[in-house]
Amino acid sequence: MKIHQLSVFLENETGRLSRPCEALAKAGINILTLSLADTQQFGILRLIVRDWEKAKAILEESGCVVNVTEVVATEVADRPGGLAELLKVMEAGGINIEYMYAFTFRWEDKAVMIFRFQDPDAALETLKKEGVNVVGGVELYARAEA
Amino acid sequence: MSEFWHDAGCAFHPVSGPDYLPPKQLRQLQLHRLQIIVNRAYSNVRLFKERMDERGVKPEAVQSLADIAKLPFTVKDDLRDAYPFGLFASPMHEVVRLHASSGTTGKPTVVAYTQQDVNVWASVMVRTFAACGCQRGDIIQNAYGYGLFTGGLGAHYGAEALGATVIPISGGNTDRQIMVMKDFGVTAICCTPSYFVHLLERAAELGVDLKELPIKAGIFGAEPWTDAMRARIEPEAEIKAYDIYGLSEIIGPGVASECEAQVGLHIFEDHFYPEIINPETGEVLPDGEEGELVFTTLSKQAMPLIRYRTRDITNFITEACSCGRTVRRIKRISRRSDDMFIIRGVNVFPSQVEAALLEAEGTLPHYQIVLTRDKGLDQMAVQVEVTPEVFSDKVGAVENLRQSLSRAIEHTVGLRVAVRLVEPHTIERSMGKAKRVLDQRGAS
Repeated sequence: MKIHQLSVFLENETGRLSRPCEALAKAGINILTLSLADTQQFGILRLIVRDWEKAKAILEESGCVVNVTEVVATEVADRPGGLAELLKVMEAGGINIEYMYAFTFRWEDKAVMIFRFQDPDAALETLKKEGVNVVGGVELYARAEA
Repeated sequence: MSEFWHDAGCAFHPVSGPDYLPPKQLRQLQLHRLQIIVNRAYSNVRLFKERMDERGVKPEAVQSLADIAKLPFTVKDDLRDAYPFGLFASPMHEVVRLHASSGTTGKPTVVAYTQQDVNVWASVMVRTFAACGCQRGDIIQNAYGYGLFTGGLGAHYGAEALGATVIPISGGNTDRQIMVMKDFGVTAICCTPSYFVHLLERAAELGVDLKELPIKAGIFGAEPWTDAMRARIEPEAEIKAYDIYGLSEIIGPGVASECEAQVGLHIFEDHFYPEIINPETGEVLPDGEEGELVFTTLSKQAMPLIRYRTRDITNFITEACSCGRTVRRIKRISRRSDDMFIIRGVNVFPSQVEAALLEAEGTLPHYQIVLTRDKGLDQMAVQVEVTPEVFSDKVGAVENLRQSLSRAIEHTVGLRVAVRLVEPHTIERSMGKAKRVLDQRGAS
């Protein structure tokens, strides 16, 4: 149920973001969602793509440093309080969130969020127990590209 | 030369004999040669005669090896001032070869060899290769540059005299180097250590694993490098990485070499008499103390040099070597007084930064020291390439890495240092010598 996320190191300078994006574009790889964390000096681009192994090879070939992390995608009710309810469940289960970001699409009345947990396996167990709908890779890619 | 010694199972080439001379005999030989060379220099080279006359020293004043301290030093500028042929002690019709150093600062310095000098050079390179575990049957890829630079031809003649198969590929064209290494079954390579790192990186990109090739030894020289680099190279290529030392003014490569013990470099001191001096005062230091390395060529005909100051900082290792060689060892040279830079009154060597990076990161990343001046104040920054091993998806982890590198360097050099993480392959790779310091203070 875990999703592979690619992270790319970027220097915080004009034009640095376009290199990995162009490399993926040339290979016809679609970025399903992304987030960009930045400090004054550097940034970390995090990507979700369908074929992460191919994307990793392409990014490395273009000279990027790439890190692979397992993250979890969950459904969130797309209405006021939807995220707050989910976070409450996580808090109660003692799940530590490193960071999170969202997908741009909506599925029925639900949004999908990516969570980077300190301990993804423990988190998954808790979420399942609490009845939170975790979206697996196959389902996720189908929705994103629908 | 008969090569029966291989069949007799000798561990070293007979040319290596002087490496094992009893110390007393070695000192006698050195004194004998020193007296001859001082005479030769005094009688044939105006500079030496003038300098010695100024001090009131005649060649006969050298009655013991300690008397060498009475003789004047020679420095790099003397070679530049004598450009091109002013220090030659042989008539041109006896000079069979000229080499020249790269003239990065002004005119190059020219060095000369008689036929006997070329023969001695080949013999000290045979001793170098033998100390690095090479012998007849080895296939040696010589990636030192051929030409005016002494590295290429020096290693070439030595490897041939050893009885090995030499591939005179010279420097550059990394993809072809890797192809040749693989297809020809190369067992040893000669090049600069930084070029070998470049070669390793390129081989990985091409999907060639050096661990699976027959190559077993790297004979690395022509630039200062450190144990940190060795710790990176040896496991990655599964070779023994040997440090060799030489300088064109003295003969070229073949002045000193590591042996299988890899603890310091044995000086071929029957030909090159070493001293360690205090670089400030010029006084000879007691054995074991760190200072500037000085050489007197003991057998050089075409261009003898008396007490030539190398600018390299090292010390004698006083313990006997486990390999059995009796010629003295110097600690590997990781710094030159030339490399040293002064920032806010503090002396800093790139090797200190390197050691700090290695300690903080576990492996040695590519780095470059950048010196700038901001409103009259010197600033030191270190650019470090991010490697997959240390990169994380978490901002905090990467920032922690940056700060720990910064702290490690600050702790070593005692100055505030800004570490900047940069993307891989953004720091320039040199084909020859690594450019570790970018001094932009003059530009602002």
